[in-house]
Amino acid sequence: MAKQSYVSLGERLMLGIDPFVIVLKISFAETRWLGSPPYSPLLEWVDAQYLQIRFNLGNYLFLLRDSLYLDAFLSSLKVAAVSTVFCLLIGYPMAYAIARADTRWRNILLLLVILPFWTSFLLRVYAWMGLLGNNGLINQVLMAVGIVSEPVTMLNTDFAMYIGIVYSYLPFMILPLYSNLEKHDVTLLEAAVDLGCKPFRAFLSITLPLSVSGIIAGSMLVFIPAVGEFVIPRLLGGTDSLMIGRVLWDEYFLNRNWPIASAVAIALLILLVIPIMIFQRFQMQEAGASARR
Amino acid sequence: MNNRSIFLLTALVFGFAFLYIPILSMIVYSFNESRLVTVWGGFSVKWYGELLGNRQMLQAAWLSLRIATVTATGAVIIGTLAGLVLARFGKFRGRTLFAGMVTAPLVMPEVITGLSLLLLFVALAPLPFFPDARGFSTITIAHITLTMSYVTVVVQSRLSSMDDSLEEAAMDLGARPMKVFLTITLPIIAPAMVSGWLLAFTLSMDDLVIASFTSGPSTNTLPMMIFSTVRRGSTPEINALATIMVASVTVFVVAAGVMMSRQERRRQADMRLAASK
Repeated sequence: MAKQSYVSLGERLMLGIDPFVIVLKISFAETRWLGSPPYSPLLEWVDAQYLQIRFNLGNYLFLLRDSLYLDAFLSSLKVAAVSTVFCLLIGYPMAYAIARADTRWRNILLLLVILPFWTSFLLRVYAWMGLLGNNGLINQVLMAVGIVSEPVTMLNTDFAMYIGIVYSYLPFMILPLYSNLEKHDVTLLEAAVDLGCKPFRAFLSITLPLSVSGIIAGSMLVFIPAVGEFVIPRLLGGTDSLMIGRVLWDEYFLNRNWPIASAVAIALLILLVIPIMIFQRFQMQEAGASARR
Repeated sequence: MNNRSIFLLTALVFGFAFLYIPILSMIVYSFNESRLVTVWGGFSVKWYGELLGNRQMLQAAWLSLRIATVTATGAVIIGTLAGLVLARFGKFRGRTLFAGMVTAPLVMPEVITGLSLLLLFVALAPLPFFPDARGFSTITIAHITLTMSYVTVVVQSRLSSMDDSLEEAAMDLGARPMKVFLTITLPIIAPAMVSGWLLAFTLSMDDLVIASFTSGPSTNTLPMMIFSTVRRGSTPEINALATIMVASVTVFVVAAGVMMSRQERRRQADMRLAASK
């Protein structure tokens, strides 16, 4: 009895909150510069007799024809991929160190990883504006030490954008890696070393393959949101930094072109479907594994 | 100390320096008398005074606090239901789709979530029960959709780590489903619901993109105010605001951590006692 009502509530939720269908619909609409909402209806009754369906592929053709959009998509993918690799390079040793740390320290170290996540994301990005600016802390230190004689332009460059993304998403990489590495059986490594294996070799042939699922989870948690990132490119990146999240934002807020913004959103979604599916399959496997234990 | 532990220690030190230097620099500069970042003008709390005198900022903060409170409460209710469905009702028709829908906002880029929710609200606006103007209510609904996913995941993982034999035993002894839920399931998932509430509250307080899409012309949440201020460059006032937020979050998280570990210890002591009897 109780089961029935939970399930039907769940199904109602699923069907009720389904805004993506509406985005898909509006991406096929025509832009209407006057009036509100600023797009034409797809279905219309003409003379109260005929149902007219207008299906406009023009927005998608426009995306293909104007190289701005294609460039933005490609550069977003590149930025997200590079940032993910850097997060992995910094996050893996940290997660490994925490997982191997003394139990007394482990919770404190984990808390230190999580703590920045609880403080405002926007303010943490803003903090880098103060550090990277021409008269910011980093330039002052560099000049005081005498490495450079005049300030290096770092703010509003791709460099600053990469720093911002890696910095903001690092905890998302560390946490799934930690929860994977913590479960490893240390005796496997000890056995390998006893049998004459060099520690680094043992790491490559035992720990690394065992942690692949953690690497995938962490990478997806960084890569997928980073592709559509808006705040970091806007505050730290240059004015010419092409990120698809920024393009979508400008189409909506500056050009008020809702159908094009919707088409960009759908294209981005299609691009991300495969990584999102990998992530969700992994999530379900994890849930299944913890249920079995 | 061998090479390996030296490497790991270095990784930790540099990693944490990377994570914390920006936050520490904001805190230090918030006490700087001078407006310029380049000059240290001496210790001063005048930017805190200036912040407290900024009516717009205070109004935005008050709005964000109200939105976050309603959001967190709503998200815990809906998210717990969804978590129960996913953890306790086995395979039902459409489960994969349901699970996918629930967890999608976890990774979905915010611009997509924001735009799609806005378009949904525009489509729903003619309905009689729906608020006419976008603002408090639309932002809150949008935030609930976003944050309930987090609550669902937290509650679900708590439920699947505990086996359902307790519930079955109670049911065998004749307890009705509602009674079982209230006396057994709810106390077990309560910690997960508390952390879900806090998580939802923080995410709502922090969100810029989704709130910008779903707010009306005259509604400004705190992140929207911060964003429009910092776009023009660094100001010590925002440093002061950041310091206040970091300090309150730290106190809260540390207190919650201490409380939870104490509870866990008590629970373990109870279990040992029960086992020895």
